[in-house]
Amino acid sequence: MPVEVRLPTIFRQHANGQAKLTVDASTVSELFDELTAAYPGLGGQLLGEDGQMHKFVNVYRNDEDIRYLDKLDTPLSSGDVVSILPAVAGGQ
Amino acid sequence: MQHGEARFDRRHVEAMIAHCITGLPDEACGLLVGPLDPVTFAPTGDVERVVPCRNVDKSARTYSVHPQDHVRAMNAAQDEGLDVVGVFHSHTHSDAYPSPTDVRQAPDPTWLYVLVSLKDPEPTVRTYRIVDGDIIEAGMIVTG
Repeated sequence: MPVEVRLPTIFRQHANGQAKLTVDASTVSELFDELTAAYPGLGGQLLGEDGQMHKFVNVYRNDEDIRYLDKLDTPLSSGDVVSILPAVAGGQ
Repeated sequence: MQHGEARFDRRHVEAMIAHCITGLPDEACGLLVGPLDPVTFAPTGDVERVVPCRNVDKSARTYSVHPQDHVRAMNAAQDEGLDVVGVFHSHTHSDAYPSPTDVRQAPDPTWLYVLVSLKDPEPTVRTYRIVDGDIIEAGMIVTG
């Protein structure tokens, strides 16, 4: 089912500069597989060698953090928007 | 060393300072929205909007932009053909200069990093880029 993916500036270089992509996927894991197949450089930005999400990457399904849903198994429906973004943090 | 320019409207600077003062005694943070170069996809240095965000850490020493605020800011900006092009945060008791933590955690070398120091009675605002661990001050042009 078609899902819209939103990418931040830091990841866009790996996706031919695109901010919005449409991907067919029924879970976040499938979506990551599709993204990695289409844009190999993007895969390493999202997942570590252990296959888990990098801790400095946040993924939202619509307005919800997938860490509080089913993580990579979070189901997706047609028309969902999956936003991928870097953690933004610091301190004095 | 200065690199490029960051262009703000005066009301953006005032909004950042106001959000940082409101957040005391904790650090406060927010995002900058602006256009990208159509060829390089890098931010042009123009800031069209500042978006105050929640500091998840609720700390006087660290900040983390609430990712839900980030998602909303990014998607709204992209719907307008803009994007998130930087971040601002306060240093409540230190200078307007990126800390080692700020440098280590800087998410994007093309972004603008605005520091608002509240250590003196008069706030100080300065803007940088952080590229491969190097701190590069950006010329800050404020109009309006």
